[in-house]
Amino acid sequence: MARMKFLCDAERCIECNACVTACKNEHDVPWGINRRRVVTINDGKPGERSVSMACMHCTDPPCAAVCPVDCFYVTADAVVLHSKDLCIGCGYCFYACPFGAPQYPRVGNFGTRGKMDKCTYCAGGPEADGTMAEFEKYGANRLAEGKLPLCSEMCSTKSLLSGDGEIIAQIYKERVVKRGYGSGAWGWMTAYREQITV
Amino acid sequence: MAPLRAVRLILCGLVAACGLLVGVLAVSSHAQQGRIIDPDASAVNEQMLLEQSPRIEGRTVLVSEGAGVLMQPAGRTWRHFHQVLLPWTGAIVILGTILGLGLAYALIGRLRLTAGRSDTKVTRFTAFERLAHWLTATSFVLLALTGLNITFGKVLLLPLIGPEAFTTLSEIAKWVHNFVSFPFVLGLILIAALWMRDNIPRRVDIEWLKQGGGFVKSRHPVAGRFNAGEKLVFWLALAAGAAVAVSGYLLMFPFYVTDILGMQAAQVVHSVVAMLFIALIIGHIYIGTLGTEGAFEAMGTGSVDLNWAREHHALWLQDEIAKGHVSGLPPRSSTRPAE
Repeated sequence: MARMKFLCDAERCIECNACVTACKNEHDVPWGINRRRVVTINDGKPGERSVSMACMHCTDPPCAAVCPVDCFYVTADAVVLHSKDLCIGCGYCFYACPFGAPQYPRVGNFGTRGKMDKCTYCAGGPEADGTMAEFEKYGANRLAEGKLPLCSEMCSTKSLLSGDGEIIAQIYKERVVKRGYGSGAWGWMTAYREQITV
Repeated sequence: MAPLRAVRLILCGLVAACGLLVGVLAVSSHAQQGRIIDPDASAVNEQMLLEQSPRIEGRTVLVSEGAGVLMQPAGRTWRHFHQVLLPWTGAIVILGTILGLGLAYALIGRLRLTAGRSDTKVTRFTAFERLAHWLTATSFVLLALTGLNITFGKVLLLPLIGPEAFTTLSEIAKWVHNFVSFPFVLGLILIAALWMRDNIPRRVDIEWLKQGGGFVKSRHPVAGRFNAGEKLVFWLALAAGAAVAVSGYLLMFPFYVTDILGMQAAQVVHSVVAMLFIALIIGHIYIGTLGTEGAFEAMGTGSVDLNWAREHHALWLQDEIAKGHVSGLPPRSSTRPAE
């Protein structure tokens, strides 16, 4: 089985937000929920960098550890998924997540959060693959159809890569060798406890 | 023809020179292209940013809360608190308190009324005071149980009742926890307004503490309406109540006034204070029911036995008699000793 990961090559990200749009469209994500976002550091200054970020599908995921109702599970492809039937919308996964991935629709009074929503690596949820019930709760299940997440597939500069960790790390390494520079895979140290060394 | 030849020679020389110059220029520009320009030399990098600050923040076109935070590895620290430190210390503090009280009951036992019961009752708490107390007390128990479920439910309850039932229960518990916070805060405000004056520390409190408070059977140190132990519970409960209320409302209105670090800090304060608060109230419940004979009726029916008042709150009883509040005993001038 593959160990699925995301890799954002910050040297290539042009902050077009196509990944964000592709994700929203593919999964019919409601207004106010963003499974993926592009953050620009030092915007407008020399040496600014943009990074596309979503759930990194961490090794030993912190969200799953702190969840008071244990609604998370990790698939055979190492994709971190959760059950919206079990989630109580407490918001704890957001405090633990290093990448700000969990999103909550605001429902009811106060700041009450609804069921958590996050990047599924285009792999749906606990419902049967490709069913309407699955789509309504978690969006499209591309992985079950043999396709990779749409955000990275749509990426015009191929900055965002998805797939088996070893393969995308190899692609990144080749790029770094060829062009002679690279700032590393953002978030990998935090998510996977490893960095790509060239 | 000599001059023409000379011109031709010069022209040839010029062309050759130009060609050489162009060649040199081309070679030098080619060398420049070959040298790798590293755009990262002046750019931000992840490791550097994380060394400077626990969070990496930037600008994003999205408007949702905290979306500008790219990374916050501090979440791992909070996870350690939530998964390891909190449940262990919480369990030790609460179970330790229960164990300590069990020991106290086994060794000291119930503090009996030395003089037995009399026929006379003294009103200790009005109906309104009892309403304020029980409003706070009921809310507290509900908040404590629903709150403990968040920390311990996954370990203790989830394996017993299964994930679906546990989610239903936890969701109801979350709503109860949110809504019951309002009567709890109201109760705290009422308690503060009603009893603050009688809880101001006085000199007799030091003597009361020196004599071992209520835990030494043979002694009955004098006290006013509230003894030093009760005053301690009062002020600790008010302080803890304020702390859990403020941190709780920060959690209830996520990101309204604070950022991710503030939210984590609020959760830490809320849970730590709540665990200590629960331990304190367990002690309070023990002393007010099992631990002391004749104490519960003060909050139950509102009146206590005359002998109970004499043994536990002598100075207060004197005042009550002086004011003529004790039926059957004529009012008389206060014989309270100067403090």
